[in-house]
Amino acid sequence: MFDILRKSLSTGIVTVPFPPPASSPGLRGAPEINFEEWKDARPATAICPTGAIAAEDRNGTRSVTLDLGKCIFCGLCAEADPAIRMTHKTELAMRKRADLCTTAKYALNSQGAQERLLELAGQEYIQGAPSSRSAGRRCSSTPDPRPSSFDSLGSDLQDRIRKTFGRSLHIREVDAGSCNGCEVEIVGLNSPIYDIERFGIHFVASPRHADMLLVTGPVSRNMELALRKTYDAIPEPRLVVAVGACGCSGGIFGQNYASLGGVDRVLPVDVYVPGCPPTPLALLQGILLAIGKGCQMPKNQVNR
Amino acid sequence: MTTLYDPARILAALQPAFADLTDRFGSRIQAIEAPRPNEVYLQVQMDLVSGLCAQLYRKWQARLVSVFADDVREAAGVFHVYYVLALDAAQGFFVLRVPLTPEQGKVVSLANALPAVNWQEREIQDLFGIPLGGHPNPRRCALHDDWPEVHPLRKDFDVKTALPPFQGERHKFRKVEGEGVFQVPVGPVHAGIIEPGHFLFSVAGEPVLYLQIRLFYTHKGTEKLFENLPVSHGVRLAESISGDSSFAHATAFCHAIERASGIEAPPRARALRTVCLELERLYNHIADIGAIATDVAFVVANAHAMRLKETVLRLNGQLTGNRLLRGMACPGGVRFDWTTEQIKTISNFVRDLMPEFDSLVTLISESSSTRDRLETTGILTPKTARDLGVTGLAGRASGFNGDLRRDFPHTAYDQVQFTVPVYQEGDVLRRMQVRIDEVRQSLSIIEQVLARLPQGPVQVKVPDLHPGAVALGYVEGWRGEIFHWIRAAGPQRLARCKIKDPSLQNWPALSEAILGNIIPDFPVVNKSFNLSYSGTDR
Repeated sequence: MFDILRKSLSTGIVTVPFPPPASSPGLRGAPEINFEEWKDARPATAICPTGAIAAEDRNGTRSVTLDLGKCIFCGLCAEADPAIRMTHKTELAMRKRADLCTTAKYALNSQGAQERLLELAGQEYIQGAPSSRSAGRRCSSTPDPRPSSFDSLGSDLQDRIRKTFGRSLHIREVDAGSCNGCEVEIVGLNSPIYDIERFGIHFVASPRHADMLLVTGPVSRNMELALRKTYDAIPEPRLVVAVGACGCSGGIFGQNYASLGGVDRVLPVDVYVPGCPPTPLALLQGILLAIGKGCQMPKNQVNR
Repeated sequence: MTTLYDPARILAALQPAFADLTDRFGSRIQAIEAPRPNEVYLQVQMDLVSGLCAQLYRKWQARLVSVFADDVREAAGVFHVYYVLALDAAQGFFVLRVPLTPEQGKVVSLANALPAVNWQEREIQDLFGIPLGGHPNPRRCALHDDWPEVHPLRKDFDVKTALPPFQGERHKFRKVEGEGVFQVPVGPVHAGIIEPGHFLFSVAGEPVLYLQIRLFYTHKGTEKLFENLPVSHGVRLAESISGDSSFAHATAFCHAIERASGIEAPPRARALRTVCLELERLYNHIADIGAIATDVAFVVANAHAMRLKETVLRLNGQLTGNRLLRGMACPGGVRFDWTTEQIKTISNFVRDLMPEFDSLVTLISESSSTRDRLETTGILTPKTARDLGVTGLAGRASGFNGDLRRDFPHTAYDQVQFTVPVYQEGDVLRRMQVRIDEVRQSLSIIEQVLARLPQGPVQVKVPDLHPGAVALGYVEGWRGEIFHWIRAAGPQRLARCKIKDPSLQNWPALSEAILGNIIPDFPVVNKSFNLSYSGTDR
């Protein structure tokens, strides 16, 4: 007994502050593409294992999409293409699936190379002017400063959910077919390092006790019904957070005879948390975002 | 008998067994190939399989480590069924290849003699539609009962086929009846943060009479996907077979590719792979030791274990850019070399972790109530373990004296000294003890590798694969032995990738270990095995 106490006292406090003071060193985060200088998207699209970088040529134009919801942050594109670099951005949760995508349209020359950038949607992600808000404070426990990409948030239901869960949140986790990589990190949220209970958030055993469903994995054909039943068992109002590249989009498994793809193919999703797997801090940011305690990063400030 | 090999190439240690087989069955062995000295293919007819297996089991202490099929109807008009037998003492594999015609071919079950192949044979029946004869329980396994009549691993089945939605469980569990007997269904969604699977307990009072385990809920077409991806993408998919064994699976895959193309990763790459494999072992073992403590209500120990696990994950991130070591593996070596500074970080980390880990072990071992809950709980006897072919750490807690790191040295394990812990008692305490011993060995292995880290490149170019080339890759992951068998379709394409995670072999052991225990002890018994659902279901 005294040994246990002595060990605990000598260990001291190990919990990391949130928002974290600095990003995790060395982690590969989201790829960043220099769209203006990009000459040819084809090597990157060929090397991307999940189709996170995808291009479509039509009538002398090429439309290229970078989809962070599919990206597994392997960094192969950055090795193949000097216009792409890997950042350390890992806390990327967004409320809308479309916010994870950037689409660029190019005019092509006769060799099929990109001659001119015609338009860039979701462009604030790479070129938006740094705003007056400090990037380091983009997530705080105070109500969010309502950056521009928040516009769709005003519905009554969401306000009600926020009021309902503002102080405490119970989460039911469901693995709908994941590889268990996301589970390794979700378990870490309960560790003294990330200590999710300090935010009043608690993982519960029964969906009947839950306010939020945290779903990992591409939804396998065999888990679809179990996932729906779990969702139905959660009293309203309820939130759904899709975790990881697989949860956001089906990831490397995509859609096939046994996999339905991302969680939003089965349930309405409130927040998407990219990553393969997302780090505990990325998960925390996503969960807090869903209950309005944190805020979604303005796209141009995703990086610190 | 067609001979497509140079007998002198076969590993010397395999020669006596090989001579015995050719003496005894010579005329009935239709072809022999030895693409690699320790991987000998014998083509035989189905009726010879049980005799060959029996001879290899009895006389040469072989273990049947993988049974699977391959659709070569287009080229050869038949299915091939493969039986991979490992001869630990000889450090080699015999692979039996059995051609079966689509019209009359039938897999003759070995499950009565070798319960270890039970699920694997049924998987062949489900995924290839090859009938299974003489099996004691030939029901569906890999595809659930509500699935239509499809056989996804046949070549004429398109991976993108859209099937009608899942309509609900139609599986008929066995009834267990009697006075005071009742059944407790659990899952597929479990109470904890774990993967899905269904457990049906039959209990009389508190003790468990019978446990039926139903898995394959996370089946997501992984093996089929490998056939539709270039090799470079396949590595990333291999990392997602079982997230907690990302690096081990990816390395087993790379090992198979390298063997198929006749190259070996350079020495420095093999050393770095070894360190990564041991880091993966470290974080999982430490987490499991903590989780076992949690399941008997010793939460403080788990808090310390989680803290240590986090330090390993952070180190993984610094070394490879990903906390689960993803993105590091590639055929021909590893993707990233480490700087002197990073190597120093690892040395310091190992030095700091040792006393911390010892203190955690002291904390647990001095708690008599913890020991009381773990000792004699969930016993898997050595005999049952042998019958079921239980491998890896669960096997070693039940008398299985095997470890691919020692018996089939891969990566840089031939360069380091370590011992393999083996216990006979087979209870939860011993499965934890194996982990404790292995954590200490891991730290020592990392130190030894770093002390003699070779210089040079960390990657060599992998030549194109020859269509039809086959190879078996293997790695001892933290859970046990992982096998990847591949057949190449083109320079950068695979026609088949068979994944064998140790969990598939070990799950049935859980049903045996829980018998006579009470349901409240199930979590700790389950955790002491900590098997991968995704690695099993694929």
